[in-house]
Amino acid sequence: MFKFLLKGILRDHHRSLFPIVIVVLGVSLTVLAHCWINGILGDMIDFNAKYSTGHVKIVTNGYEDNMDQMPVELALGNVDELLAKVRKDYPKMEWVERIRFGGLIDAPDNKGETRAQGPALGLAVDLLSPDTKEVERLNINKSIVRGKSPEKNGEILISDELADKLKVIPGQIVTLMTSTMYGSMAMQNYIVSGTIKFGVTAMDKGAMILDITDAKYVMDMQDEVSEILGYFSNGIYNNVSATTVQNRFNAAYKDSTGEFAPVMLKLRDQNELASMLDYISRMISIFISVFVLAMSIVLWNAGLLGGLRRYGEMGLRLAIGEFKGRVYRSLIYESVIVGFIGSAIGTIIGLGAAFYLQEVGLDFSDLMQNATVLWPGVFRAKITLPAYYIGFIPGLISTVIGTMLSGIGIYKRQTAQLFKELET
Amino acid sequence: MDNSNIIQIENMWKQFPMGGGKFTALENINLTFGKGEFAGLVGPSGSGKTTLLNIIGSLDVPTKGSTIILDKSISDLTHKEAAQLRNHHLGFIFQTYNLLPVYTVFENVEYPLLLLDYTSDERHKAVLDALEWVGLSDKEKSRPAQLSGGESQRVAIARAMVKRPEIVLADEPTANLDAENSHHILQMMEKLNKELETTFIFATHDEKVIKYIRRKISLLDGKIEKDEHLEMGDRRPETGDGRPETGGRA
Repeated sequence: MFKFLLKGILRDHHRSLFPIVIVVLGVSLTVLAHCWINGILGDMIDFNAKYSTGHVKIVTNGYEDNMDQMPVELALGNVDELLAKVRKDYPKMEWVERIRFGGLIDAPDNKGETRAQGPALGLAVDLLSPDTKEVERLNINKSIVRGKSPEKNGEILISDELADKLKVIPGQIVTLMTSTMYGSMAMQNYIVSGTIKFGVTAMDKGAMILDITDAKYVMDMQDEVSEILGYFSNGIYNNVSATTVQNRFNAAYKDSTGEFAPVMLKLRDQNELASMLDYISRMISIFISVFVLAMSIVLWNAGLLGGLRRYGEMGLRLAIGEFKGRVYRSLIYESVIVGFIGSAIGTIIGLGAAFYLQEVGLDFSDLMQNATVLWPGVFRAKITLPAYYIGFIPGLISTVIGTMLSGIGIYKRQTAQLFKELET
Repeated sequence: MDNSNIIQIENMWKQFPMGGGKFTALENINLTFGKGEFAGLVGPSGSGKTTLLNIIGSLDVPTKGSTIILDKSISDLTHKEAAQLRNHHLGFIFQTYNLLPVYTVFENVEYPLLLLDYTSDERHKAVLDALEWVGLSDKEKSRPAQLSGGESQRVAIARAMVKRPEIVLADEPTANLDAENSHHILQMMEKLNKELETTFIFATHDEKVIKYIRRKISLLDGKIEKDEHLEMGDRRPETGDGRPETGGRA
């Protein structure tokens, strides 16, 4: 019977073509939307994790309350001891020191007078240790536009956009003006070793990267840093694991309540990411639900039209002695076949489009000028394993629901009318 | 019930609601059909012949009275049991053939067997036999659109006969056919009736059909006006009106 149904579907284009086209459209859009949103969300989480939040982050209570202001005066103390402890307690995670601070970059002329100035977001990371993974984690070497990565203390990278604004080229000296952790003004000259494009609009506007030892020196930090970031060794954020680590750490320090007491935050707790991720997750669910509903209605309509066209066939089959339930089931089997074919084609098309957007992306950096969250400037899709099967859910469900709704007419049909209908 | 009768109808009425009252389509019908009969329900439009055919075909149930088909009371059958009765024991032939256009001749004839527990080999043999009966062995791969009206009706006959039902019900089977094809079809059904002892019941007002049937049940306004068994001489005049000679049957 299956073979018989399949022959009918393949030969009768009216029966299969329109539903397959609808399913292909719906599934390809679902797959593309999934990859697209997944890519943007993934990049956003990735950028935030790498540049700002880590998978977990240790700061002081006081720093947490004012994190937007990056208050170095509320930095963590006894960092060597704290680092040694977390590395021992959580050996499967990578722990790194970070200092984020605000400052002013001053570009001097030939006489040493200020030629141009601009505010900059400072990010101090371990650039120079032989075994550092920060250069790779932040993808620094591939992000350098001009010049090279710092090779010794006293060298910094600044964002290419800021370099253009200040008319600074690699090799030139700039002066960083900031404050020490004790509130004193600090000034230090650095050689710009290169310019960098982070791919994150918020940072591309004006940021600098320097080695953490340089930052500690200028800000008068000895055994202090503003943040300790922890990363899962596979590089992928896992909220359950992060929560476990966070709860365990915070439980150990539950009696420390001062503003310099350490506290651990997980990625979702920072930069309003939790509400944003939940919002987007719900939007995806709503999007897919609406999609299934809309496709079901269209396919229901298509099923009704097809049912009218096949009224004679249905009548004949009932007259011959096929049970109503069997006719109904055969329609559902047909819809499964149609849904499967449409879903397969739709998935291929959706993946093709997603692959293009994964490789090329769309540049939305102009729209991200005032973004507070670290959004990627270029939105890219990301093909993940679920993309290969996620389209089958709406593809099959909507086809089957559409057919089930349109096929109800079979049960309402009076068998006694068959002869009359068949003769018309 | 007389065991030689495969259809027994006693005091059967069929009424349909109409407005605030009831329309009586069949009134106090008493009929029996034996195995191998070749009978026609004859009468003008509205006389009740299709309604009677529907009830015999278990597509409808009587309002009152008894209708027993192959020892089964139509009134007592569930939808599923009625479908089983049609599936196993009844064949239908329609005025407009009702072939499935996307399937080949072979597949159209095979279709009723897919609903039964036939193996692939059994289906193949049964379909080829049925196509041979109707002289369409060379058309098994054709689609209905490639067939003439006569050929299409022969496929419909093969489809009705392929499961070798005890009863075949034909509603105006020649209405869309010209005289030559009508005679050809009727000769074929007569041959199958004799060779397989299948009971054929026609609903018709076509004179061509009436000339072939051996029993003529005349209906008028839902009542049996006359039930007559015809002799050979009553059925086929010596001089033809375009129909082939008896010896020229397929």
